[in-house]
Amino acid sequence: QKTKEGFFAKITKAIAGKSTVDEEVLDNLEEALVGADVGIETTVEIINRIEKRVAKDKYLSSAELNKMLQEEMEQLLVNAPESNSYAFTSDLPAKPYIILVVGVNGVGKTTTIGKLAYNFKKAGKNVLLGAADTFRAAAVDQLTIWSERVGVPIVKQDMGSDPAAVAFDTAQSAVAKQSDVVLIDTAGRLHNKAHLMDELSKIKRVIQKVIPDAPHEVLLVLDGSTGQNALEQAKHFTAATDVTALAITKLDGTAKGGVVLAIANQFKIPVKFIGVGEKMEDLLVFDKHEFVDSLFSLEK
Amino acid sequence: MFQNLSEKLESAFKGLKGQSRITELNIASTVKEIRRALIDADVNYKIAKEFTDKIKDKAVGEKVINAISPGQLMTKIVKDELTDLMGGQEAVFNAKGNPAVILIAGLQGSGKTTFSGKLANFLKSKKGLSPLLVAADIYRPAAMEQLRVLGEQIGVDVHIEPDNKDAVSIAQNAVKEARSKNKNVVIIDTAGRLAIDEQMMTEVANVRAAVNPQEILFVVDSMTGQDAVNTAKAFNDRLDFTGVVLTKLDGDTRGGAALSIKYTVNKPIKFVSSGEKMDTLDVFYPERMAQRILGMGDITTLVERA
Ligand SMILES: Nc1nc2c(ncn2[C@@H]2O[C@H](COP(=O)(O)OP(=O)(O)OP(=O)(O)O)[C@@H](O)[C@H]2O)c(=O)[nH]1
Ligand SMILES: Nc1nc2c(ncn2[C@@H]2O[C@H](COP(=O)(O)OP(=O)(O)OP(=O)(O)O)[C@@H](O)[C@H]2O)c(=O)[nH]1
Ligand SMILES: [Mg+2]
Ligand SMILES: [Mg+2]
Repeated sequence: QKTKEGFFAKITKAIAGKSTVDEEVLDNLEEALVGADVGIETTVEIINRIEKRVAKDKYLSSAELNKMLQEEMEQLLVNAPESNSYAFTSDLPAKPYIILVVGVNGVGKTTTIGKLAYNFKKAGKNVLLGAADTFRAAAVDQLTIWSERVGVPIVKQDMGSDPAAVAFDTAQSAVAKQSDVVLIDTAGRLHNKAHLMDELSKIKRVIQKVIPDAPHEVLLVLDGSTGQNALEQAKHFTAATDVTALAITKLDGTAKGGVVLAIANQFKIPVKFIGVGEKMEDLLVFDKHEFVDSLFSLEK
Repeated sequence: MFQNLSEKLESAFKGLKGQSRITELNIASTVKEIRRALIDADVNYKIAKEFTDKIKDKAVGEKVINAISPGQLMTKIVKDELTDLMGGQEAVFNAKGNPAVILIAGLQGSGKTTFSGKLANFLKSKKGLSPLLVAADIYRPAAMEQLRVLGEQIGVDVHIEPDNKDAVSIAQNAVKEARSKNKNVVIIDTAGRLAIDEQMMTEVANVRAAVNPQEILFVVDSMTGQDAVNTAKAFNDRLDFTGVVLTKLDGDTRGGAALSIKYTVNKPIKFVSSGEKMDTLDVFYPERMAQRILGMGDITTLVERA
């Protein structure tokens, strides 16, 4: 809370007694946004909007400028279809509700699955995990440990087996077990590798053989410390799997994750979760107000 | 998505035709384009500013020769400066010792364990050394198993103590084991940690103090954004690392973090990691990285790969 004052204090100083936003204010603003990985294009867009509104409204105080800024930035996030903030306890629109988790290497997919499983289970749901990363060394063991930690069943096969077959098994097993929520882990893959992206589309198609309207959610996990490349990730994963939601991890560090502002704005995908640690409790439901606030914090 | 920088510079320089020298005035929009390209590539914004200011000073007063367009001239100046900046002193890798100890550290998920395997493979197959891998990540689920599997793939022994909850003593025991088994290089894989996690940073500093490594490598994801400077600085403050490893360069990131890190801590980039397989380890080429950051395409790499 106290941390964001640094930036806003600067703004206040810069505009004291003035009736328009001057260069110095805009420079400070640009510095804060670009430094948070928002990216130049989106930063310029935000600044243009602020300038337009200031020209019209003639703001009076820094408090008003802050409010305006907050509004404009939240606007970018709102533009995505309303993120139906998961109350983990509320009824899910389908049963079993299948969540396919995708993303590039090492962003936190498996850990996020562990955390989601924990939350759903705590809310009284029957959870099933599917270990469709059969590629990375010890990936199945890692998810198995999470399933034990949380106390939920897991469907798995040997390392090296066809990930689509594991996904198929998982979907079938979920129907038989009458699971409420199914979380399917996939191997990390860089979005510029066409054959790996095709494999993902195939996993999705195979799940649909069992449950035609599944997966009900395709969750793209982004590392909060990633820079502008996250935009490319969103673009390619969306093309391959129609991503429906984002999770941003590692926001317990000093990175701000501002690139999601650009992603939400450009691809209209809502951010649903943020990861703030390595433990199963370290998952938060995304709150755009808090997130925008945190972009301006100087330290955590 | 990224328009070629030299094309952009070409158009920024349109007004310059017929002028014989680059001046403060006619260079302004060009400098802005370069700065923007660098920030788009995730170079830290402060560093991008300092760098372009320097470029401006270099370029002002340069004669525009007829044979070469001002845009091309600027592109060359920028690329050369960037290459210089990222190269610097010759990056030697020191695997001599009895045994040599190499400590691997970095943020979560950056690629440490995979790199540890690749390095062991490289030292074994290319340098004829006999490595011992050490699983000193006592936290991440199945971290030890992951390293064990990699060791098996490349035929390198892995020191594992599943019940030991102290990374420092695991590292010390491993060095003893290496001596007794005639291994001449010990590669210690550590848990991922945030630079602001005091307890975890103390742990890795303690490992360092206990085994006195010849090489301490900071492993960083090449897709990292503006925060790269903070992280690199914090790890360097605590570990005084000897080199940087850039991972996941098989992606399409421009990799500006490489410049930010080099600029901030001035430690050489010693290896690049570009794949999940154990043989995808390369030495670092400053010029290719400069071209990549500037979005000029990495023609040399493509040619060599083919
Ligand atoms: N500090 C922090 N670390 C995290 C967070 N989420 C995941 N991690 C860590 O990041 C590392 C990678 O996480 P994984 O869940 O294995 O990532 P992944 O995307 O499944 O990786 P691959 O399957 O190899 O592509 C692990 O060390 C996790 O503990 C988070 O929110 N904060
Ligand atoms: N494409 C690609 N993937 C890589 C590269 N290096 C590592 N990876 C992948 O990135 C993910 C994370 O790698 P790890 O080696 O587990 O990372 P780590 O730093 O040990 O992770 P923690 O121990 O959890 O902090 C895995 O899926 C690796 O296969 C690389 O150069 N290219
Ligand atoms: Mg995983
Ligand atoms: Mg590891």
